[in-house]
Amino acid sequence: MNTHSRSDEVRARTRAMVLAAVRGLALAVAMLPVSILCLVLTLLSIGLIPIGVGLVTTPAVLAAVRAFADARRRLAADWCGVRIETAYRPLPEGANPWTRTFALLRDRQTWRDVLLLPVDMTAGFFTALLPAVLVLYAVEGFALALGLWRAYAESPGGTYWYAFLPVSGPFSALGAVPLACGFLFLGYRYGPHLLTAHFRLTRAVLSPSQEELAERVRVLTETRRDAVDASAAELRRIERDLHDGAQARLVAMGMDLGTVEVLIDKDPERARALLAQARQSSAEALSELRDLVRGIHPPVLAERGLGDAVRALALRLPVATEVSVDLAGRPEAPVESAAYFAVSEVLTNAVKHSGADRIWVDLHHADGMLRATVTDNGRGGATVGTGSGLAGVERRLGTFDGVLAVSSPAGGPTLVTLEIPCALS
Amino acid sequence: MRVVLAEDLFLLRDGLVRLLEAYDFEIAAAVETGPELQRALAELEPDVAVVDVRLPPTHTDEGLQCALRARRERPGMPVLVLSQHVEQLYARELLADGRGGVGYLLKDRVFDAEQFVDAVRRVAAGGTAMDPQVIQQLLARGGGADRPLDRLTPREREVLELMAQGRSNAAIAGKLVVTERAVAKHTANIFIKLGLEVSDDDNRRVLAVLAHLDRDR
Repeated sequence: MNTHSRSDEVRARTRAMVLAAVRGLALAVAMLPVSILCLVLTLLSIGLIPIGVGLVTTPAVLAAVRAFADARRRLAADWCGVRIETAYRPLPEGANPWTRTFALLRDRQTWRDVLLLPVDMTAGFFTALLPAVLVLYAVEGFALALGLWRAYAESPGGTYWYAFLPVSGPFSALGAVPLACGFLFLGYRYGPHLLTAHFRLTRAVLSPSQEELAERVRVLTETRRDAVDASAAELRRIERDLHDGAQARLVAMGMDLGTVEVLIDKDPERARALLAQARQSSAEALSELRDLVRGIHPPVLAERGLGDAVRALALRLPVATEVSVDLAGRPEAPVESAAYFAVSEVLTNAVKHSGADRIWVDLHHADGMLRATVTDNGRGGATVGTGSGLAGVERRLGTFDGVLAVSSPAGGPTLVTLEIPCALS
Repeated sequence: MRVVLAEDLFLLRDGLVRLLEAYDFEIAAAVETGPELQRALAELEPDVAVVDVRLPPTHTDEGLQCALRARRERPGMPVLVLSQHVEQLYARELLADGRGGVGYLLKDRVFDAEQFVDAVRRVAAGGTAMDPQVIQQLLARGGGADRPLDRLTPREREVLELMAQGRSNAAIAGKLVVTERAVAKHTANIFIKLGLEVSDDDNRRVLAVLAHLDRDR
């Protein structure tokens, strides 16, 4: 039993050694030319920015650099379980080349991606190659002992150095055997760890720094406080609405019915009038509850999801509104609800302040991002300043790491874009 | 008249059964989930189905989907859809096939038993019963500056509102306390102002009006 598990372990470790050697070799061989090419293109492209050409090429080149870094992140996780965090800033959609280029260049993650390239050519290359070198060198040692020494000994010069061992004849070649065993043992023992070390090095270069993490914590704390505040305010509003509305009406109804009970024999006429009044109260209570429910979670949203909820909302607006939806599934309920209320608020804003007579809404999901655009042909001049409805939208989206962008030149048109990172199911 | 009823809340289902039975309807089945409804509609071929939009198991718009499916399989099969909220979006889907025999009402309308039963009968007979809230939403929306609707007199608007709900001339006359002749005159004017073809058939007339209002966006 014991010997079994031991031979199993040896087999597993041998497989791990070979796997690490093959993977490291493949990685090193593929990495070197790609990183050289990427670095050259990046430097060239950034250098060409002053004459304009760089503005067009830089985003493409940096996208390639990022794809290269992303591929390494995937390999690190798949091969060695090393998780590398990312902290790319979202890029403005459809912006001009100038803003795109500079948004990319301002992103520290971009610079870390670029910094990885020279590291790849030096330390990264070596650490990736090492597991394979250990194995291959050991194989060479054995080959020397088996007769390869002849090829070297017969050539002019006569002596071949295997590591620190001069090999010049069959006996010195046999001396290579223990040394080769040593290399093989090192590869067997440490090969997989060396590959992990390589990915740790990659992580050290690519991972966001402490300050960025601290900044992230600050943002999260702030958005969490906003979320808690908002939900507390929401609960207070609901309590007040119920208390002054439906609850009060039910009390009135109960009173009316009690009076009816007393009057029904004495004064049937008045009893009938009170019954009618009680029915009226119940209808009003229902309609108030309906409005309240719409404000908490619109029924269409629950029944049909975001696309149809926004369509139904558009049908209720006094301004002609076109809605186009391209969603292959539904986001999680909290995201869906946040997106709905954000779009709803933006639409209300447009109807109230823009003076527009047409509104277009577009909803779609791509690259892990739910994006909603609301465009109107009104007078423009909308801002996200304090007190405007849009500031509230921005705060609420913040809870989900969502962002809001407003483009609203005086004279219009106004274009409001909101993005929430999420997956559809 | 045989009715299939679908409503998941026991109290409401029970109440509706009692109400309909009191008005001499025969309850062919009273079910509480979407799949049960689907089976009942296919097997029992009722004269009219009264269906809640939201049904188990999904608690989404299962009831509405069942109703629409049943009407695709048996075109014109009379369906009255009930809901806690009314949406133009759903009304549009129910009316899309251009046939009558469709109703879409808030559950509150059950409070007025007479009117509710009248709506069920109307739908069963191939007419329409649209909730006043749907009609008001249709009439309230803005759009272009020059809308044919703005050319209607206040009285004509009232008549239009009632007509779009699916009421007959006689019912409208009763409600507005005018003669049936006067209502006929108003409806003729409305059709001319909206540029619609006049038709003697009550149901076709209502569908034309609804289609017109819904298109006017």
